[in-house]
Amino acid sequence: MFKNINNYLSENPVIRYWIVRPEWVAVILLILSIITSIQLSPFFADMAFILDSATPYVEYGLIAIILTLIIISGEIDLSIASMIALTAVIFGTVYNEGVNLYLSAIIAVLSGGLCGFFNGILVTKLKIPSIILTIGTLTLYRGIAQAMASDFSLGGYPSWFVGIDYRYLGIIPIPVIIFTIFTLIVGIILSSTIYGKQLYLIGTNPETAKYSGIKVDRIKLILFLFSGLISGIAGVLTTSRLAVARFNMATGAELEIVLMVMLGGTYIFGGRGNIFGTFIAFWIVVILRAGMNVANVKIQSQLTILGAMLIIAIIFTNYIYAKSQK
Amino acid sequence: MTFFDKFLRIRELGILTIIIVFVVVASIIDPRFLTFDSWRAVFMAIPLILVMAMGQMMVIICRHVDISIGSILAFAAIAIGLIFIEYPNTPLWVAIIITAFVGAIMGLINGIIVTKFNVHSIIVTLGTLSLYRGLVFIVSGGRQIDRNDIPLSIISFSQTSFLFSIPSILITSTIIVLITHYMMRHTIIGREIYATGSNPVAAHLKGINVTKITLFVFTLCGMLSGIAGLFYASRFGYVNPGVTGVGIEFIVIAGVIIGGTSITGGSGSVLGTFLGILLLGIINVALPVLNIPGGYQKAIYGVIIVAALALDQLIIYRMKKLRSLKNV
Repeated sequence: MFKNINNYLSENPVIRYWIVRPEWVAVILLILSIITSIQLSPFFADMAFILDSATPYVEYGLIAIILTLIIISGEIDLSIASMIALTAVIFGTVYNEGVNLYLSAIIAVLSGGLCGFFNGILVTKLKIPSIILTIGTLTLYRGIAQAMASDFSLGGYPSWFVGIDYRYLGIIPIPVIIFTIFTLIVGIILSSTIYGKQLYLIGTNPETAKYSGIKVDRIKLILFLFSGLISGIAGVLTTSRLAVARFNMATGAELEIVLMVMLGGTYIFGGRGNIFGTFIAFWIVVILRAGMNVANVKIQSQLTILGAMLIIAIIFTNYIYAKSQK
Repeated sequence: MTFFDKFLRIRELGILTIIIVFVVVASIIDPRFLTFDSWRAVFMAIPLILVMAMGQMMVIICRHVDISIGSILAFAAIAIGLIFIEYPNTPLWVAIIITAFVGAIMGLINGIIVTKFNVHSIIVTLGTLSLYRGLVFIVSGGRQIDRNDIPLSIISFSQTSFLFSIPSILITSTIIVLITHYMMRHTIIGREIYATGSNPVAAHLKGINVTKITLFVFTLCGMLSGIAGLFYASRFGYVNPGVTGVGIEFIVIAGVIIGGTSITGGSGSVLGTFLGILLLGIINVALPVLNIPGGYQKAIYGVIIVAALALDQLIIYRMKKLRSLKNV
């Protein structure tokens, strides 16, 4: 039977193109996780609850979208979680020094951009492999955050600022709407503009891209810069949600963000992947987390599931990629 | 080539110079730094990290990175702690074998995923980092292994001594370091590890089983991290599922990288790694002496890692330039 399917697929490349895609793994996993969560707890199947529990993950989702672009271009940024913490601490520190709230938010976002720029410069100019460099800057940024805030929680924001992301449009939280719009914009840029095509080429073969006249280094630098800026926004948003900024915020968030990208079928060596997969994977993570919370799975034990998911996602993506190459 | 030229080419010299400068400056600022007590603190802080760094060094020489070692350490420590609760009379050598075995299995799993599916090891071990940490919580039920659960013979392993009042833990780790040095320098498998790291394709063509070497390296790294788990239980007298080994991987990687091990694989030495870890240990002890708040430690480590990475890349550039000049 499998032989028949294989034959059929190889005779119809268009159908094959649509069927053999890593994103379907994400869709299947999404359906599976919804079914499992409903089985685990009767309180789960409530649309408002699911949308509500998505709100805290929107920050991670925004970064995951940018990280998808970075991974498609063949690099990776693992310092994102540390940049969230650092920008949040900078925001808290600057605000407590008496600076205007808006101004301190801008300073925080810009400093996130600076961090991302620093990553980008080291990757593009010194050619340090980004995967190991961002492991280094992960320690560095978290360390700077710790040095600035030591063990204090920086609070004292005006009450309107606290929980600023808990606004609703009907039952849909506004952050989720923003996330969806952002996903759409980036998705359109990636799939149907020249910049998107350039990204795929850079990821597939940087040398060819360079000789085709694409400014590889500049594009990578811009991507890293954006990763920093979005992390800065995420830092401010997280501060607003928690009402305090601490150096150990978003510890281990790199796992969830990378998981969102990997589950979405983005190929770790670059050149393949899309935003739709990441968007679906965002909901997988949200539903898994919410489902496990409702089912009273301990927070730390949830790590096992997430870690296992990451490995399964990588294995499946690579398997499908290898199949589709044949 | 003069003797001085040869001397300059030794890669460990740079880090040795930094250590000497640091020690001299620190002891000028505060002579307390030169006392026996601070050096005792330095050498009591490093054995644990040193043992893990030996494994990590081999992995990095092979062009991989294992960031799950902190969780492996915690899992081995929790496993041995639970065994101690059931059988308080477990002798030391049995404990070492058990932790080594547990660690080796976990390292082997990392290695299998990396080699079988051909994915970058950092992503794989980012997954297993959380996976193993979750397992630690599941196995221990979130409960800490207390000091009175750990037998006296294990606690005294890091306090008493059988040789010149040097604690046994330090002697054991020194033995592990010496064995690693011998293995890397004078055995076939050691040379094959270097060959695999410097050019996997060429190594394969030369008849080296690259998959086997990679598996071996990951297993050994896991095994040494497992043994470090026993050291942790002995040295600190408790094992906490949420605290033990969290973030230790970055200290280990920092030590290995500043010790001159190249992240592009193929070069690095045990002596360099030892000096790298020693520098981190000295910084750790010097911070309070120099009146720098402890919170700065991580930032300083971060600066060191990034600087070492940049320096490493500059050295590679320089070597490439020298080589191309020679060819002309």
